[in-house]
Amino acid sequence: MLSRIAESLFWIGRYVERADGTARILDVHLERLNHLPMEEQRSVAQELLAVMGARAQSEEFGLPELLNALAYDKQSATSIAGSLGAARENARRARETVSSGLWESLNTTYYGLNQHRKDVVGTYRFCNWVLERTAMVSGLADTTVSHDESWQFLVLGRSLERADMTARMLSTRDVLSAGMSWVNMLRCAGAYESFLRTRRAAFGDQHAAEFLLLDRLFPRSIVYALRDADECLAMLDPSAQRVGFINDARRIVGQARTFLEFHRTDDLMSELPEHMERVQKAVSQASDAISRKYFNQADELAWVGEVS
Amino acid sequence: MSMSDLFQDYSVAAERSGAYDEMFTPGQQARKSYGQVAGALSELSLADVTARADSMARTFLDRGVTFDFAGEERPFPLDIVPRVIPADEWTVLEKGVAQRVRALEAFLNDVYDKMTVVTDGVIPRQLVTTSAHFHRQVHGFEPAGGVRVHISGIDVVRDAAGTFRVLEDNVRVPSGVSYVLENRRAMAKGLPEAFGQQLIRPVEEYPRRLLSALRKTAPSGVDDPTVVVLTPGVFNSAYFEHTLLAGLMGVELVEGRDLICRGNRVYMRTTAGEQRVDVIYKRIDDEFLDPLQFRADSMLGCPGLVNAARAGGVTIANAVGNGVADDKLVYSYVPDLIRYYLNEEPVIANVDTFRLEEKEAREEVLDRLAELVVKPVDGSGGKGLVIGPDATKDELEALRKRVIADPRGWIAQPVLQLSTVPTLSGDRFGPRHVDLRPFAVNDGDDVWVLPGGLTRVALKEGSLIVNSSQGGGSKDTWVLADSPQVPVEVLPRPAITVRERVSVWPVESNWRDSQKEQQQ
Repeated sequence: MLSRIAESLFWIGRYVERADGTARILDVHLERLNHLPMEEQRSVAQELLAVMGARAQSEEFGLPELLNALAYDKQSATSIAGSLGAARENARRARETVSSGLWESLNTTYYGLNQHRKDVVGTYRFCNWVLERTAMVSGLADTTVSHDESWQFLVLGRSLERADMTARMLSTRDVLSAGMSWVNMLRCAGAYESFLRTRRAAFGDQHAAEFLLLDRLFPRSIVYALRDADECLAMLDPSAQRVGFINDARRIVGQARTFLEFHRTDDLMSELPEHMERVQKAVSQASDAISRKYFNQADELAWVGEVS
Repeated sequence: MSMSDLFQDYSVAAERSGAYDEMFTPGQQARKSYGQVAGALSELSLADVTARADSMARTFLDRGVTFDFAGEERPFPLDIVPRVIPADEWTVLEKGVAQRVRALEAFLNDVYDKMTVVTDGVIPRQLVTTSAHFHRQVHGFEPAGGVRVHISGIDVVRDAAGTFRVLEDNVRVPSGVSYVLENRRAMAKGLPEAFGQQLIRPVEEYPRRLLSALRKTAPSGVDDPTVVVLTPGVFNSAYFEHTLLAGLMGVELVEGRDLICRGNRVYMRTTAGEQRVDVIYKRIDDEFLDPLQFRADSMLGCPGLVNAARAGGVTIANAVGNGVADDKLVYSYVPDLIRYYLNEEPVIANVDTFRLEEKEAREEVLDRLAELVVKPVDGSGGKGLVIGPDATKDELEALRKRVIADPRGWIAQPVLQLSTVPTLSGDRFGPRHVDLRPFAVNDGDDVWVLPGGLTRVALKEGSLIVNSSQGGGSKDTWVLADSPQVPVEVLPRPAITVRERVSVWPVESNWRDSQKEQQQ
């Protein structure tokens, strides 16, 4: 398939998953943020923004600015509206390849972005709506796109972004440690009930973090997402090597996953920030490696003249 | 439109009801505990308030927070104004509820054993033995784990003078705690401003407390007890609660047909074969629990459960036979039971109650039927209750005949003007009567009372019947903390240090997206 199309599909996967993750994080944290006095609200809003990958431009950055930055700002790839807009833009570029079901659900979502009240209570509903829309997009992608190469790129993007988003969810605990309980942490990831069923009576920070980081069966855990990504990469490049990997992305993703899976520790909580950093770095490097191998972007605009 | 409009005519209506208002003093001043709520409401317009109320109702329907009304699933109405209980009042309530639970626990142990309470002349033997829920099938053994009242709901009301009184005890299958959990979630999103910076005690730990108490009271010798919730099934009016509690505790929700008793042990049928069950949180009535002992036609229970409990092979929570302790005639003796078993004075008073088997009391009640409330002793959910002032002549006449025919079956109480809380009705707030059901969990060593409980509200003006089956709704119930020593919803952060994170990982974008403008 065309590199350009593959690239669009990869990014649709990433953007949609990013919107989903951001909506989950915002929904849960808004509740806490709202209860804080103005001054604390500001500093926590700024820290939360930093976890989501951007720096506040001014000291005055507070709750309303945070809502804009994470939910409604169409110009920024950090925000939900920005991600969903970009996902739709990518789908438009690959419109002949994606199914009409997938394209229409992205397009409808894009036009629905403006129909929400932008205050706190409206944002709750907005987040819910986003979760519904992204679930619909993923569902349509799964059921109306052939599971061929193009779908692998879509899922590859989604899995990498999911690992990244879960890492950010876990990092927000670090920021809002006071008042942010592990219950909310798990709710963020939609993992609360699953967690309770697996852990029976073992509650607590450590177990919750372990679940989101290491569980082999919960689809939003980092280990699970990285394994998904690894499987996609293997499908895309099935050439069996006797030794090592030609594909850098496979090496990076595999290393990050096995590091987590085989790591032994008695004090996961204090190592958490380090783990998160490692995961985010791996995702970003893997994304680069995938671009270099499959999308060839560097040569895109270059013109090689004939020697006369 | 401002607060004054939303509260227009409130003071007139409040005065008309003659009840204690939880939010306002008689001069329409918000009480201190309601300061934050009043402030938040004054910022809202009618459109805001209705939009939020609608959104809260929709959330409830989406989440399936419903109760079964005549075969139909209905959302349980949640009002937007919370009921706030100041810390000092709560301390008293908490103590009083725990005290009552301890006394009832001791009473149950006694009546199913030596009955010293009867031999010591505190309560007549006949009263105990004629109770419809005194089950001889469970006489003479101590249940495994040693606890009978694991979970209880003690209904309290506030009279016109502002004094809390216990209205009834529920130590069989008290329900409603799921609404406490759901109400808090809905309110945090529906009226975030009102939470403000006050310290509100959280409710989310209830399922953990419950699970830990259930596990603690497992039969001895079981290392890692398996707990299940036993439900009558999807048609039960409290089915939502059963699923929620099982889900939040992470245990199986079983029906009778999933269980099997063999050799005085209980097993559940699973895909991996039969698995031993150690603790059953029973959400079905005793009469349906075990066809070998009770109703032989019951399809809801499992034959052999009572024998298994007797042999100590399984813990049933709450214990079978608890109904004798929440018989409404026994209720009238609870203050004496507290003195007898605990050697303490009751912390919360009862509502004055006429025992209709006593001749003088009966004659007085029959003379004053039109001004009293008459209740059947074993009813729940407001069933069969007659409020004198609201009843027609024919109803009173029918009641008179029934009371004379079966005086043991009824009690009478003065009509209490339950306290009121502002409640949204149409386009403004009006005073509506409320009660309160705090929930207590007893793990054998300690009685823990969930901060707050379920506040039910009669949505019809002037109505005193708060039951959901009769047009009642509920309110989120906030217990304020006077210091951050107890767990609260939001801990204040002592000092904020905006820590520069070592690195901010920016999100990545498709490089083509940033070129969009160039290409156009």
